[in-house]
Amino acid sequence: MTESAEMSDRISIIVPTGMLGGGVSRAQVQYGLRRGASAIAVDSGSTDSGPAYLARGVSKMNRESIKRDLQILMAEAHRAKIPLLVGTCGTSGTDSGVDWTRDIVLEVATELSIGPKIVCLYSEQKADELIRKNSRGEITPLPPLGPISDADLKSCEHIVALMGPEPYIAALQAGADIVLGGRTTDTAVLAAVPLMRGAGVAQAWHAAKIAECGGLCTVNPSLGGVLMHVGRDAFEIEPLDIDNQCSPETLSAHLLYENSDPFTLTEPGGVLDASDAEYRWVDNRITRVTGSRWTPKPYTMKLEGARGGDFQTIMFIGIEDPEVLANLDEFHDLMQKTLTGRIRKTFGDEAVRFDVSLRIYGWNGTSGRPVPRGTVPPRDVGVMFVVTAPTQDLANRMAKACNPYFFHTPLRPGIEMPSYAFPFTPAEIPRGQVYEFVLNHVVHTSDAFELVRSVSVDPARANKGALDA
Amino acid sequence: MPKLSDICRHVRSKNAGPFWVTVDLFFDGEENFRRYHDTPALSPQVFARLFGTNPDLVRRIPVDNLHVVKISYPRPHPQGWMQERDMHAGQQFARLLDLEVD
Repeated sequence: MTESAEMSDRISIIVPTGMLGGGVSRAQVQYGLRRGASAIAVDSGSTDSGPAYLARGVSKMNRESIKRDLQILMAEAHRAKIPLLVGTCGTSGTDSGVDWTRDIVLEVATELSIGPKIVCLYSEQKADELIRKNSRGEITPLPPLGPISDADLKSCEHIVALMGPEPYIAALQAGADIVLGGRTTDTAVLAAVPLMRGAGVAQAWHAAKIAECGGLCTVNPSLGGVLMHVGRDAFEIEPLDIDNQCSPETLSAHLLYENSDPFTLTEPGGVLDASDAEYRWVDNRITRVTGSRWTPKPYTMKLEGARGGDFQTIMFIGIEDPEVLANLDEFHDLMQKTLTGRIRKTFGDEAVRFDVSLRIYGWNGTSGRPVPRGTVPPRDVGVMFVVTAPTQDLANRMAKACNPYFFHTPLRPGIEMPSYAFPFTPAEIPRGQVYEFVLNHVVHTSDAFELVRSVSVDPARANKGALDA
Repeated sequence: MPKLSDICRHVRSKNAGPFWVTVDLFFDGEENFRRYHDTPALSPQVFARLFGTNPDLVRRIPVDNLHVVKISYPRPHPQGWMQERDMHAGQQFARLLDLEVD
């Protein structure tokens, strides 16, 4: 096969940033359009920052940064008459995250005086429906978790299923200009248009996997997004900045990032195998990849669920007292015993469930593990106190009860009462709820649409409705 | 015996989904990769000791063309649990650096 035949019928997709709200460049988007892009696709979600966003159904990114990026992307997509796809709206892809993003999109549409056809894709799931599927053996655990119980499913604040590309393709084929998706695999939203337009299936998924974090697969990730060119038997990744490069090493190394397996990637409806992929320079900015493989599998969607648990209150002190610094492990254990005892004594039966955790930053706060023998004492440490209890009120009261002891406990009896350095007043900071991921399971579905709801939004009517209200 | 930090140009750790951590060891050159990529100093038992993980689930995958060894292990507690100290697991690599390899 000739070099150009590999890339025949190429479909080009602008990936302007790894995460909507991260800051997109109009000049870069326009560069991608001049290079023949037929869609803009961007991910708006992540589980990296922890379960709080899914459990609460709120966005990690603030509204203003999402709106600023959408202003640029919507204006450029409209001008070029190409679609804009956004995956995992609102960080966790709950229904509320899709609606929140939709409202920003409608606001921007009004400001730009445009009337794009918008389709919202929802993939949040009701516990009862999943309990039924579970009873039919249609939910399978992924390691390290085991089978899921009905109680666990019911305990989740939100459960989302990760969509594949098919609902996006259906929305585009029905004429959508903007598709706003709930939880979607990072790759599916980028692969959708190449797959719809007949590009190589393995090539589309592999390109999307590399481009999913925007410029992170480039030599200089601070220089913005990338462009995917997907052909029938090869794909190319090109940086959107003329001074940046996508090298064979940066592209192949990106498969390592945040993946437990760098070669095989399970997606809805199949598995990508990149173990025989070859990465070669096209010129000094662009790298071409061949040898990707795709094996179709029965359709599955990964599930994510999160729930709220107990509540925490924190306090923080600084210590420069050399006596304490020379005996930090002893100090930690003494403080742990003193504060735990204080809570037991003060709260009695009310303290059925609580946890006090002390982290000495500057010594072993990050790991909590023993420090090697003979380690030189630091000059300064910060000690964080974290109390966890069933309600915020109880956690606050426990912290208040501990306050004078956390402040004044001497290293040994007989030492004059010390006062450690509080940086804040009041010293106790209610931190909020502890959230927990619950699910690491896949659900087997009859097709890509069984658990997905698609809703068309007419901007004229939606904005009129907003005005009437 | 050299330490891991002597034979790697870069070592990093990161969350890989809510329940797994993945460590990438970028060996300094092909010779060090060939010599040390299957060192017993990085056995599942060592990961169990250092990270409290289940040794039966630890996976080690060499990536020849990059001179990288990837080791993935399940978190002993779910991300964000009440005693969480490293939400993104980005500092977990540090406790590997002084491991003596042979």
